[in-house]
Order: sequence, then C-alpha cells, then structure tokens
Amino acid sequence: MSVIKAEGIKLVYGAGTSFEKTALDDVSFEIEKGEFIGIIGHTGSGKSTLVQLLNGLLKPTAGRIFLNGKDIWQEPKKIREVRFKVGIVFQYPEYQLFEETVYKDIAFGPKNMGLSEEEIDEKVRAAAAFTGVREEWLQKSPFDLSGGEKRRAAIAGVIAMDPDVLILDEPTAGLDPLGRDALLAQIQNYHAVRKNTVLLVSHSMEDIARIADRILVMNHGKKAMLDTAANVFSRGRELEELGLRVPQITKIMMLLKEKGISVNENILTTEQAFNEIINYLGGSSRI
Amino acid sequence: MEEFIKVNDVFYQYESFDEETDAGYALCGVNMTIGRGEFVAIVGHNGSGKSTLAKHFNSIYLPSAGEIFVDGMDTADDDCLFDIRKKVGLVLQNPDNQIVAGIVEEDVAFGCENLGVPPKEIRQRVDEALRAVDMYDYRRHSPDKLSGGQKQRVAIAGIIAMEPECIVLDEPTAMLDPKGRDEVIDTITRLNRERGITIILITHYMEEAVLADRVIVMDSGKVLTEGMPPEVFSQVELLKRHRLDVPQATELNHKLRSCGYELPECVLNAEDCAQALYELIKGMSL
Ligand SMILES: Nc1ncnc2c1ncn2[C@@H]1O[C@H](COP(=O)(O)OP(=O)(O)OP(=O)(O)O)[C@@H](O)[C@H]1O
Ligand SMILES: Nc1ncnc2c1ncn2[C@@H]1O[C@H](COP(=O)(O)OP(=O)(O)OP(=O)(O)O)[C@@H](O)[C@H]1O
Ligand SMILES: [Mg+2]
Ligand SMILES: [Mg+2]
Repeated sequence: MSVIKAEGIKLVYGAGTSFEKTALDDVSFEIEKGEFIGIIGHTGSGKSTLVQLLNGLLKPTAGRIFLNGKDIWQEPKKIREVRFKVGIVFQYPEYQLFEETVYKDIAFGPKNMGLSEEEIDEKVRAAAAFTGVREEWLQKSPFDLSGGEKRRAAIAGVIAMDPDVLILDEPTAGLDPLGRDALLAQIQNYHAVRKNTVLLVSHSMEDIARIADRILVMNHGKKAMLDTAANVFSRGRELEELGLRVPQITKIMMLLKEKGISVNENILTTEQAFNEIINYLGGSSRI
Repeated sequence: MEEFIKVNDVFYQYESFDEETDAGYALCGVNMTIGRGEFVAIVGHNGSGKSTLAKHFNSIYLPSAGEIFVDGMDTADDDCLFDIRKKVGLVLQNPDNQIVAGIVEEDVAFGCENLGVPPKEIRQRVDEALRAVDMYDYRRHSPDKLSGGQKQRVAIAGIIAMEPECIVLDEPTAMLDPKGRDEVIDTITRLNRERGITIILITHYMEEAVLADRVIVMDSGKVLTEGMPPEVFSQVELLKRHRLDVPQATELNHKLRSCGYELPECVLNAEDCAQALYELIKGMSL
C-alpha cells in the first residue's frame, strides 16, 4: 500500500477575491513507503503548496490526500496527528525556529506528542547528533546561528518527531558546497537507517539527480512527470521547455553521444560518468 | 585595466559582536582591486564575509579599520556618499524584499526618483532598463505575478535605471529555477560586455563563477586566492579544503587527468569537457 496518495488535488488561494490563484490543479500520484522522491519545477509551479497539503497545513479545495490509506481530512480534528507523521522542513527555516534556545526548538515536536522528559531528551540528542547540531549550540538562541546552522537546527526539530514521511523544501539553498554535500549525506544516511519516506524539493538538478529514486516534475500547478531519475533526466528537451535542465554531468555524456561516441548517456553523477569513461576506454587504454 | 574599487587592508567587526560566541572580525585584512569594466565573481564558505564586504562597496557599512576607494572616493567620506551610491548598485538574494511598487515600471523608477532624476528622463531610463533585461513587455504587470527569475530581472532593471558604473549582486540566483538562473546570468554578462558595467557577482554556484573574468575566493574574512577561472578552478583540492567545489565538468576532467589520461589542465563547462573527452577517445582509438 502506498504511504501517500494524492487524488485529483486542487488548491486555490484567495478564492473569490481579486487575488484568486489556482496553485495546484488536478494533481494525482502515489508514493510507496521508503521511497526517496525529488520534486522539481519552475518557481511558482506549486511545489511548496503541494508539500504543505501533504501534511495538512493547507486543505485542498478539491480532491483527497491519503496517508497510509486513510483520507487525512476524514476527521478534521485529528489533523494534528498527520503533522506528526509527515514532518516538513520549510523553505525558509527562519520561519520554523521560534523558541529561546535551540534545545527547546528541537524539543517542541516531541513535547507536543506527549512524551516524557526523558524520552524528549533522548529524541533531542539523537536528532541533534544526526543532523550535526553541535552540543554547544543547544543552549544558544536559534537566531544567533549562521544560515547553515539554522537549517540543521530546523531539520533536527522535524527529525525529533520521527516522522514516517520527511519533507524538505529547498534545504540546501544558500549553503556553501561542503555544507550542501554534508547535509545531503546526512539526509541520505537518515533515510537508509530509518527506512522512512523522504520528499526533497530543490532547484539543483545535480542534487536531485544523485539522491532521488523517483522525481516528481511540477509545471504550472500540474504534474508534468513522475518517473525514475534516469528516465526524467533522459527527457532533456522537455525539461528545458519547463524551465528546467539536466545536470551538467548528464549533459556532457549527451554531448559526447551526439559527437558519435556510443557511451551510456543515462548518467546522473560524476562518479558514474568517470566509471563509464574508464570502461569505454578500457579496451584501448594505454595506461 | 583602470582601477575602479580599491580595498586596503579592511577589517570589520559587527556592533553585536560577542567575545564569548563570535570568532572575531567578519573581515580581517581584506585587500583587493576591482578594475573598471571587469566581471569579478566572489566565492567562499558560509560566513566568510562576502555579504559584509558587498555592503562596504556602496557605503552601507564602513570599515572598522582600513579603507575603501570607489573611483578614487573614500567610502568613509560623507560628502561622497551620494556619488558612491550612484556609481555602485546592490542587488540582494531575495527579489521579494526588493520590490516596492505595485506595477513593474513604478518599481523600476523608484531608485531614480530617489536620485532626483527629472521625470521625463526617468521615463526614458525606465523603458531602456526594462529593455536591457528583456522585461519591457511586462512594464504594466504587477510584480507579484511574476516568476522568481522575472522579479530578479526587474530588481536589476531598477538598479540599471540609476545608471551605475558597477553592480554588486549578492547571491542573486539562490532561490531561482535553472531557467531563471540562466536569465539573470545572461543579463549581467550582457550588461558587462555591451555597456562596460563593472560586475561583482557573489555566488555559491561554481558554474556561475567560471563565467567571470576573475574569481576571488574568500575564507574566514580574508582573500584566500584569486585568479582567472582556469587558474582558480584547477586547484580542486585547495577549493575542497575550503568548503568549496568545482563544476561537474571540471571535476570529471580533473579525476580522469589524475589517472594519467591526456586531458587539458582545466575545463570549465559541459561543451569543453565533452570536446576534450571526444579528442581523448579519438586519439586513443587510432
Ligand atoms: N499564500 C498565498 N497566497 C496567494 N498566492 C500564493 C500563496 N502562496 C503561493 N501563492 C502562489 O501560488 C503559486 C505556487 O506557489 P508555490 O510557493 O507553491 O511555488 P513553488 O513551486 O514552491 O515556487 P518556488 O520555487 O519559488 O519556491 C505561485 O503562483 C504563488 O505566487
Ligand atoms: N548582522 C550581523 N551581526 C553580527 N554578526 C554578523 C551579522 N551578519 C553577519 N555576521 C557574521 O559575520 C561573518 C560574515 O558574515 P557574512 O554574512 O558576511 O558571510 P557570507 O560570506 O556572506 O556568508 P553566506 O555565504 O552564508 O551568505 C559571519 O561570522 C557572520 O556570523
Ligand atoms: Mg517553494
Ligand atoms: Mg552572504
């Protein structure tokens, strides 16, 4: 059974006003438990709106969302439970941190789940360790942290709730390259250990290509594609029309193929490209 | 090249500086020269001082020690403030924080109005600036209906209309989709080539930095190294040690070359990388 199922969802902002805007229109898909899904799409295509619908922060104007087979709005009073099961790290983590100390921020979720002090402390420390939040930051105000440190604290706060579905909206925007790689590695590690479902929204095709099993492509509020990373990035021309691109490494292999070299062009990472070239040269290698 | 901005041993400490938690100066002994008409990229780890430095270029911050000259004018000299702000325009990361008016052309006119440009001339400058960023057709639109890339181009138009000699862009593409990033980068390279506007681009995208004439690498409030893109990006290990990276094309070429394959010392983009690999493969299969 799929962990998340969206059935014809539509979301209209400011319905009936002059600002009325249909942000999502007739979007349907299913996500299996344990999948790592990448979400890409032009700015304003509806990515952030979609993920907020999945954890019940927004209510669809039409259509239904199922979590583990159950319509999340069937009992509106129980929507809080959905928010514990589907955790979101927002695009701007500043909007997520509000307590006096980083410790209290991370403890906020577990506390609201009604856990004991000891259990809370355990969860906070485990989540902090997982996301690279250092011991000495725990008693600092979240506002005294650098951009990258704030991101980590925000992610720790969501992970501390141990959500079945972890959603990250542009978690690496503004991080330096090492910070970006470290964060992605931590998320990958978390996913491998917890075997939960992860949804990651990003404008970096390179990041999405190397981390996602399947990719959901959004375009003007509609689902444009949902397929494996290799299949999505083999459709370079179409992606271009949607304001997207293939990763640079994929493009290199495509260009090489166009020049008549019969390499595998379904390449998503530098590592894969390196191996492919070495293999290709294998027969004639003089080294 | 004629010198346009000169940074002399600049130190900067934030007022909220706290000895217990802060490492020290946000800038500690920065020296650099930016030539007139040059396109310079500044890269560096989070907290290395890039944004702090950017705000020094048009006198938003003044050095705690050291000095900065813009076209010969000391940024600490109050009498030069107006002229410096006219010469150097600043574009920030999030276009939403920079849009002030409800209609695109009014938004673009805003900066000019503050400079006291006569209305008739403003009209002309706004139209021209919108054409320069390819947004003239949207002049009567509401900015909040635009995509991120379009908003960012409107913000750049607002700066162009003030006719600065230099534009400083602090991570202008961080929140944009790939197409929006290309649009913004194409626009600034065109402004640099066609109008000779000096460009200082701060970015975490190495694919953007390689397009500059020169790359300056910041580390912990200092300049770590600088040079033309091939000089800087051929130092793959050095960059990685300082939390940075190289484009995938550069990385692949570097890795294969390290294995002994005959490849150029440094390639910077997909086309050159594919060409170099093509020549390698052809050469070896002879
Ligand atoms: N609170 C709101 N009120 C009205 N319109 C909104 C609101 N939030 C988003 N929108 C509009 O809905 C559309 C989808 O926005 P959304 O934030 O979901 O896009 P996104 O894909 O996350 O974009 P980005 O890549 O820039 O983060 C956009 O046209 C946006 O302007
Ligand atoms: N308003 C402020 N008050 C106190 N310290 C600050 C302030 N702004 C920045 N700093 C500190 O100054 C140093 C340099 O920050 P700056 O914002 O210039 O870095 P940056 O290179 O632009 O980083 P990023 O890549 O994250 O944007 C950092 O240690 C930062 O914590
Ligand atoms: Mg968004
Ligand atoms: Mg900055």
